[in-house]
Amino acid sequence: MSQLNRLARGGRIDRSRKLSFTFNGQRYQGHAGDTLASALLANGVDIVNRSFKYSRPRGIVAAGAEEPNAVVQLGKTEAAQVPNVRATQQALYEGLEARSTNGWPNVQRDLMSLIGKLGGQFMPPGFYYKTFMAPASMWMTYEKYIRKSAGLGRSPMEKDPDLYDHLHQHCDVLVIGAGPAGLAAALAAGRSGARVILADEQEEMGGSLLDSRERLDDKPADAWVAETLEALAAMDNVTLLPRTTANGYHDHHFVTLHERRTEHLADTAPVKDGRRQARSRMHRVRAGRVVLATGAHERPLVYGNNDVPGNLLAGAVSTYIRRYGVVPGRKLVLSTSNDHAYRAALDWVEAGREVVAIADARANPDGELVEQARALGIRILPGSAVIEAKGESRVNAARVAKIDPDGFRVAGSAETLACDTIASSGGYSPVIHLASHTGGRPTWNDDILGFVPTLVKGVSAAGGAQGVYATGRVLADGVAAGARAAEEVGFAAAEVRLPQVAERRDGAAVALYQVPHEKPTLRAPKQFVDLQNDVTAAGIELATREGFESIEHVKRYTAMGFGTDQGKLGNINGMAIAARCLGRPIPEVGTTVFRPNYTPVTFGAIVGRHCRDLFDPERYTAMHQWHVEHGAEFEDVGQWKRPWYFPRKVDGKTETMHEAVARECRAVREAVGILDASTLGKIDIQGPDAREFLGRVYTNKWAKLAPGRVRYGLMCKDDGMVFDDGTTSCLGENHFLMTTTTGGAATVLEWLELWHQTEWPELEVYFNSVTDHWATMTITGPEARKLLAEVTDMDLDRESFKFMDWREGVVAGVPARVFRISFTGELAFEINVQANYALHVWETLFAHGEKYGLTPYGTETMHVLRAEKGFIIAGQDTDGSVTPEDLGMHWCVGYDKPFSWIGQRALSRPDTKRSDRKQLVGLRPKDPKVVLEEGAQIVFDPQHAIPMPMVGHVTSSYYSPTLDSGFALAVVKGGQQKMGESVYLPMADGQVHEAEIVSPIFVDPKGERQNV
Amino acid sequence: MLYIHCPYCGELREEEEFHPKGQAHIARPLDPDACSDEEWGDYLFFRDNPRGIHHELWVHAVGCRKFFNVTRHTVTYEILETYRMGEQPTITAEHPEGRPSRDAADQASLREGVRA
Repeated sequence: MSQLNRLARGGRIDRSRKLSFTFNGQRYQGHAGDTLASALLANGVDIVNRSFKYSRPRGIVAAGAEEPNAVVQLGKTEAAQVPNVRATQQALYEGLEARSTNGWPNVQRDLMSLIGKLGGQFMPPGFYYKTFMAPASMWMTYEKYIRKSAGLGRSPMEKDPDLYDHLHQHCDVLVIGAGPAGLAAALAAGRSGARVILADEQEEMGGSLLDSRERLDDKPADAWVAETLEALAAMDNVTLLPRTTANGYHDHHFVTLHERRTEHLADTAPVKDGRRQARSRMHRVRAGRVVLATGAHERPLVYGNNDVPGNLLAGAVSTYIRRYGVVPGRKLVLSTSNDHAYRAALDWVEAGREVVAIADARANPDGELVEQARALGIRILPGSAVIEAKGESRVNAARVAKIDPDGFRVAGSAETLACDTIASSGGYSPVIHLASHTGGRPTWNDDILGFVPTLVKGVSAAGGAQGVYATGRVLADGVAAGARAAEEVGFAAAEVRLPQVAERRDGAAVALYQVPHEKPTLRAPKQFVDLQNDVTAAGIELATREGFESIEHVKRYTAMGFGTDQGKLGNINGMAIAARCLGRPIPEVGTTVFRPNYTPVTFGAIVGRHCRDLFDPERYTAMHQWHVEHGAEFEDVGQWKRPWYFPRKVDGKTETMHEAVARECRAVREAVGILDASTLGKIDIQGPDAREFLGRVYTNKWAKLAPGRVRYGLMCKDDGMVFDDGTTSCLGENHFLMTTTTGGAATVLEWLELWHQTEWPELEVYFNSVTDHWATMTITGPEARKLLAEVTDMDLDRESFKFMDWREGVVAGVPARVFRISFTGELAFEINVQANYALHVWETLFAHGEKYGLTPYGTETMHVLRAEKGFIIAGQDTDGSVTPEDLGMHWCVGYDKPFSWIGQRALSRPDTKRSDRKQLVGLRPKDPKVVLEEGAQIVFDPQHAIPMPMVGHVTSSYYSPTLDSGFALAVVKGGQQKMGESVYLPMADGQVHEAEIVSPIFVDPKGERQNV
Repeated sequence: MLYIHCPYCGELREEEEFHPKGQAHIARPLDPDACSDEEWGDYLFFRDNPRGIHHELWVHAVGCRKFFNVTRHTVTYEILETYRMGEQPTITAEHPEGRPSRDAADQASLREGVRA
């Protein structure tokens, strides 16, 4: 197929380089320098999509980020699929494959369009909710078909082969947008010596100057662009980032810049020297000052059937002709409210095609461009507008009539002009999105008929972004903004010579948004406001009639401004229409808030390298490799990988967790087991006031703990609720080693620092984490002493090395600290050695342990064994609402300590004194085969009408091989006074379990076994 | 993401390095047992939630581990000053432009680390 709309010359494309591509399976040709959109227009492709709700045929409207229709699915292979690509922003490359995201079975012949035609009147805002609401269970079914026919693109089903990088950057001045304002600002800031980043979202920098009719220093505008870019590139302190979109403007001038490095080359990144190149970079920039030079978006006019392919923005027509050498039709009618849009007609004539007429809403258009159009003999219809487009798959005529914008009525009879293209312009809206991200509510400016940004300290807007449009003034504005920004961060402004630009005499624009029709809005042909979401002027009018007065509510009810274009094209028109319907001025109705991201960002760019293995750091103990080699299953505890259990192969079959845990439990209770406990938090505490400090942060007493002794402690918040526990050993008079739960290590250290630094700085005490320095292995079981004796000459006698003692010595030839503490209820030694020696010690223990039946066990067995003894796990059996007394741990509370320790005062609050608080108890299911569900709710009376009063819940529950029964820990209201009573646990499946409240200590209640 | 000046490190660092710890200048009563339940409840549970200038406690968690104070505007998120433990803010709701100080040198040292 030939490029029937391609001009013989002109534009910035390279006609010597032909590129072939496919769209919806059809092969076409374009040129290097084309976008997918310009290439489609060159080939005369009118319909690029079907609309979201009515399935109406849609064509290309714009030439940039604001394009609502030409949203395509890209990608040759499954893994390379990219949804929601704006064809106007996608550079053409050889072999590009794209398809429409909407349209079923295809865009040319769409089944759903029937609904659009016949049912159009019956699809008001909220149609889907209103129609498919009942029965609720059917929504999933409806949704599947609605989605299929609506379509929003789809995600790839295969792994992304591409790499994405994150870069952290700092700069003095960040300039966003490289049109005339941005280039001038970067030049001014760069010359001052400031570190500058200039980012621009397009394939080429230059913005509006790339298709400008104006001359700078009597040269074409793009010559100045080239000169300036050369000057900027020569400055070491300036970084140019083309193809880079500023997507989010966050607090304190933190801006995310998404740089697409390879998307103009292929659908997956090329491989160079055997390495796949990064597809994109997310620059996380912390800027000293920011200049927003983001320009302005043209507003289309809202008239009947303004969505038929062939309706374009006036500025887009100029861009396609001047930048891409494509004229998107043969006969043009232009409808405008301002002078600037006349460029489209002038460019059209120069392209050798016919301008049928210009309908100008103003009574006496008289600017310079108007005169040029007159001189060319173009028919100008003052006081008029296109009120309706004719045609189905392409415009074939425009109905033009005199209008009275103030009275919102058609003032004369309409004339039908045959044409295939209608360009419209209702003026310009500054691109205020990034300024909105910082929280500033934009303000309406009547002079420019648009919202201008409200700026936080340290950011300025230049040129079109604040409603300054004349090229000469835009350049001056940019230089001023760039120089000021640099000065504010300490750089002296340097001289910047601005090019001479002839000042153009423009006539005043008139405010026009929705064009009146002969019929009232609700019965007129559809007048589209938001093309991507099929929101019409009638829809907005209906919404206001139904009582939606806030613009934010109108937005959500009609879906205006949703989707990939985020209201770039239609929002201001929508607000103006809402204002008209509500009889209020636009500034009073206000605008909706724009949020990041400015344009869609692929997830890969957001996560960068933080995915798969690098998603989250993993922490391994010194014995990790041994665990892997011995078949451990792992459990994540915080960032740690802890062995969960060690399944064995028995007769070629791998044990289940249940079997492995039962075997591991028996080994500990009957012989000896070994646990890698290295992950427990360890905090080294030193200083003359260390002991006093411990007494204040623990609930129990520390004044008399002698060197060589160990004590268990509970830690509360000042509200009296337990938040961590562990043992602390006295290493010397002024030296202690505190252990914490695995997950609580960092929190506890911060907690200690908090109290020391903010409340008791007079105490001389120092804290340091030594969790990674020491590895810990616990050997526990009746044979533990015999095993340890084989690898140490330490005195292990039960009288001289007592329970809750620790000793320094040599184990397996390595200096060690050995703690006689027990979390299993059995005789136990916790051996701490420097982490680098730990694997050796661990393996030495196994070399000697076989004859004793030494068995490695994991966290699951540890949980069963400790629960059998009623030992709590802070964070599992407690939840921030449990006091030491609720746990029945009065023995661990120093009520008469001299200093009012953290949590003490709260224990005498009326609420903590209640006798019906939830208290920790044991539960024994009546049916020993039942293992209660952790988290199951407990009731006293299962016959009670629903909702039953819930009196507690199960916190820990396991099967005990020792008891050959299920058992549980639970919190029950007033439970400590209810020993022997029954409680009930109604389950989701209708079963009700009965259990008896018992002591939480199920095994060896006298604690004799740990003392053998 | 906030950009926070640690008054101990003397550097502006990313928010990722810090943890917020709630309202600053909440002193624990020196004699908790002398507090009525209501007074103790106020200390434990009640905090200001101003629209505007707020003094907060932060910790440079993965930096120097020091706690310090931040004067932050809760609407603009602007950080008006950061200052060490034991120091008082110069910028308050009553003196949003900075409190008059008797000693200019003292004022200058207090305002170290202020980014406005």
